[in-house]
Amino acid sequence: MNFSIYGCKKFVVGSFDDEAVLFPAVKKVRAAGYKLHDVYTPFPVHGLDHAMGLRETSLHTAGFVYGLTGTTTALSVMGWVFTTDWPMNIGGKPHFPLPAFIPITFELTVLFAAVGMVLTFCYLCQLAPFVKNTFSTRVRQTICLSWRSK
Amino acid sequence: MHLKYESTLREPLVDGVKDYHQVTEDIISPIEAKPGKLWYIGFFISLVLLGFGAFSVFWEVYFGTGVWNLNKTIGWGYDITNFVWWVGIGHAGTLISAILLLFRQGWRTGVNRAAEAMTIFAVMCAGQFPIFHMGRVWMGFFILPYPNTRGPVWVNFNSPLLWDVFAISTYFTVSLLFWYSGLIPDFATVRDRAKTKLRKLLYGVASFGWTGSTKHWQRHEALSLVLAGLSTPLVLSVHTIVSFDFATSVIPGWHTTIFPPYFVAGAIFSGFAMVNTLLIITRKILGLEDYITIGHIEAMNKVIVLTGSVVGVAYLTELFMAWYGANPYEFDTFYKYRAAGPLGWSYWIMMSCNVISPQVFWFSKMRRNIMVTFVMSIIVNIGMWFERFVIICTSLYRDYLPSSWGYYRPSWPEVGFYVGTFGLFFTCFFLFAKYFPVIAVAEIKSVLKTTGKSYKEKMGKYEAQDVDAFAHDQAHH
Repeated sequence: MNFSIYGCKKFVVGSFDDEAVLFPAVKKVRAAGYKLHDVYTPFPVHGLDHAMGLRETSLHTAGFVYGLTGTTTALSVMGWVFTTDWPMNIGGKPHFPLPAFIPITFELTVLFAAVGMVLTFCYLCQLAPFVKNTFSTRVRQTICLSWRSK
Repeated sequence: MHLKYESTLREPLVDGVKDYHQVTEDIISPIEAKPGKLWYIGFFISLVLLGFGAFSVFWEVYFGTGVWNLNKTIGWGYDITNFVWWVGIGHAGTLISAILLLFRQGWRTGVNRAAEAMTIFAVMCAGQFPIFHMGRVWMGFFILPYPNTRGPVWVNFNSPLLWDVFAISTYFTVSLLFWYSGLIPDFATVRDRAKTKLRKLLYGVASFGWTGSTKHWQRHEALSLVLAGLSTPLVLSVHTIVSFDFATSVIPGWHTTIFPPYFVAGAIFSGFAMVNTLLIITRKILGLEDYITIGHIEAMNKVIVLTGSVVGVAYLTELFMAWYGANPYEFDTFYKYRAAGPLGWSYWIMMSCNVISPQVFWFSKMRRNIMVTFVMSIIVNIGMWFERFVIICTSLYRDYLPSSWGYYRPSWPEVGFYVGTFGLFFTCFFLFAKYFPVIAVAEIKSVLKTTGKSYKEKMGKYEAQDVDAFAHDQAHH
């Protein structure tokens, strides 16, 4: 493949069969001042993100925000229905019976957090059913991205 | 980098001499091979059962719920018994994938994929019962709160039955997302080694274009951890809410505060039994004995004896409270119509299957015996089915009004419906075992070097070393 058409960057692709060999290589390449583009692994290698100098993901924070959205949605919809839209007398109980609303509020918190996080994860990693990703397309994309960011 | 190693005293989680490639071969190659004769026979039987179930359901929908033997006092019979039973079975999958992840139990990696699949299929089966109990199922969407032209008339948010709608649908969705997000990298592994065009296409679609980039793995790990954290209270809430269906009513035998913990323990108990039933067969047929070891089976049997005993304590507490509470209706329900009376036989099946027989698992020899485990797993599931039957029917067949007392036995469409859910469950499980990586390949690889047998054997020299010398050596590496 002729990479030079994308600019005058040169790429070196290395292949490793064990993380024990990969880690020193990552350290040395970085220490020598080269920019590491990415490391593709078949399973999560713990500590590799730190070795590559990646920042922590803030997916957790997003999950927290989605969860809060679920909590508010549940409480406000149930509250609005039972106090404003169609107030009903159910066994003489209050129109806003908070303890009885807790189960649904909890379920919606979990549902919103989980669905939101998975969708965000798919968006950030660009994952979708018909995305094609073989090794050669991966390399080509990598080149394109670095060319654009220049 | 690898200061951490696991003591050789701990049983290895992966037997045999394995490297990363061998792990992939062992787990993925059954997907690429033609299924054996046993698979076809099993799949065919499941399809027949599913067909019979579909016919029973058709019969019920066409003629109405009257074809079921439910009557004036027994408004819930086989259907709700089966619903609670299937939901309970699902709980073990979430417990293994979520709670054991938070507790850092390494052995979960061998069994979590299949257990989560079991959860999803079991919840699918469970959902059928309340849906078809509605009778006019085409009105089923009335249970959802949506703005409509009838007022709008809303659902009753105070009703435990509505909480159930939210609990079960959330549980199904979250379990599915958790399971599928774990499957994506493994589907990518199948895709990357696929030889045929069709397999490349299908697993390419299923793997969502996963690359294995380090950043993606970092996010994937974060996602798994948070989903585990969310699923843990979720799984407890689901069976708690199911138990609220009973506990918030004023029927003697149902109106107790012990129900939530008692139901959750029972759910985990039956779920682990079902995991054992399925995995003992799966490991044998797919030749995965190195990954689902006797150690895994023993660990699950320990959970079974614990939760079985918790359930036993709950039964005794109920009996005690029925006497100590000094409520004559409560007392009669337990001592005259549950432990004795026309349906008393079901109570003693429950007691002997759930409380007495699991006590054999106090002995390590029994826990590590495959045949004993398999037979016990079936007994436990029979017992747990009868637990739900006892709770539902023996409280209902003796009403406040003696003139409406009766007996309950199911009609053929009720039995057919139940048998049909077995068909659904096993049809799904057979497809899963053939087309999906039954064990989480990526997760096994990430624990292989600390817990694999051949790697642990190399740790002998470190075990012999004293702590200071070990730390000194490692620091200068």
